[in-house]
Amino acid sequence: MKTSIAKQFREGIITNNPTFVQLLGMCPTLATTTSVMNALGMGAAVTVVLAFSNLFISLVRKIIPKQVRIASYIVIISGFVTAVELIIKAFFPAIDASLGLFIPLIVVNCIILARAEAFASKNSPFPSVIDGIATGIGFLLALTCIAFVRELLGTGAVFAGADGTGGIKLLGDWYSPASIFLLPSGAFLTLGFLIALVQKISGVITERKRKRENSQEKSDAAEPVTDMAEGANE
Amino acid sequence: MSNIFLIMFGAILTENFIFSRFYGICPFLGVSDKPSTALGMGMAVTFVMTLSSAATYAVYYLLLEPFGLEYLKTIAFILVIASLVQFIEMFLKKYIPSLYGALGIYLPLITTNCAVLGAALVNIQDGHNFIESVVFGFSAALGFTMAIVVFAGVRAKMEFADPPKAFKGFPILLIAASLAAMAFSGFSGMKF
Repeated sequence: MKTSIAKQFREGIITNNPTFVQLLGMCPTLATTTSVMNALGMGAAVTVVLAFSNLFISLVRKIIPKQVRIASYIVIISGFVTAVELIIKAFFPAIDASLGLFIPLIVVNCIILARAEAFASKNSPFPSVIDGIATGIGFLLALTCIAFVRELLGTGAVFAGADGTGGIKLLGDWYSPASIFLLPSGAFLTLGFLIALVQKISGVITERKRKRENSQEKSDAAEPVTDMAEGANE
Repeated sequence: MSNIFLIMFGAILTENFIFSRFYGICPFLGVSDKPSTALGMGMAVTFVMTLSSAATYAVYYLLLEPFGLEYLKTIAFILVIASLVQFIEMFLKKYIPSLYGALGIYLPLITTNCAVLGAALVNIQDGHNFIESVVFGFSAALGFTMAIVVFAGVRAKMEFADPPKAFKGFPILLIAASLAAMAFSGFSGMKF
């Protein structure tokens, strides 16, 4: 049981990361990553909605007829989104002001519908909640990475509040901020480079794994031959 | 009248749904591989978005506001959009099969296109009246179509490019989109 929870978290955060690997939910990813604080707020909101909608959909998965399941999922999701929206409006007005319409637009975020369809509609409540939290944290971390790069290059500081003050200055005065990273084109650019980085790393990892397996197979099949070949090379 | 013109101009160019507001990025990256499919998707979105702007306006001001249920607008709008899409699909299938053949495969995707819900919510947020809402929905969709078709053209040329291995596929697309967005941000300097 414990190992499967760990595995779910590893899948949600790393091997099946919703943003960098599955490439889902691109609209909020690009729009809300102008500052780390925004990214954290958006990530937290999505995580809460994911956990609750997964729980609820998993609870009613046997009652809903197959033909209307997508419509029912959307209604359930929009219920939780409305709840989260009202909570954010009441307690975190600054986050509400800076995220704007992207809070209600969580309804049409493909990550949530994808997890509902791919996981919660087939599994029991407890693993579904874990899956929701794991995927949500994966999304949150991805948003934070993107926002960190954008905010750092765009302003020279990170963790600034919604009013743009109180950030931690990481780059000294020598750095003149490139405000293009805060504009839409900077969002596309940063995401493009980060996904390229992820593809590069995963390419290196699979290549290494393949090589190791290959060499193992080889040494299993014909040990003396490889020894000889190595000797010849030397 | 000049107000209507400003809304149109803003929705198509300065506040382009894709390059400035980031609504509808999924279909933008998903179906922009050929100009013809991009045009089909754009037309389907234009069709749905114009109608849904009118429908959500009616639902909000005739149903939700009189009963003090404004906080239910997200749920109500997504239901209106989903049923509208379903209805359009059935209507086209029965009465205009040729148009259904052209747009049919894109229609189910539109329910979860955040541009449609986004337009409905922007209409409420900015306090547009009925005519303005419909004009905004139509011209925002026009801006969406323009962006997606232009980008499909860029993408067709990019098929022949040979980027570094790690940039193959999605990353190089995003970088091209970044350049396109840079061009569009030039429009935001135009003020009236």
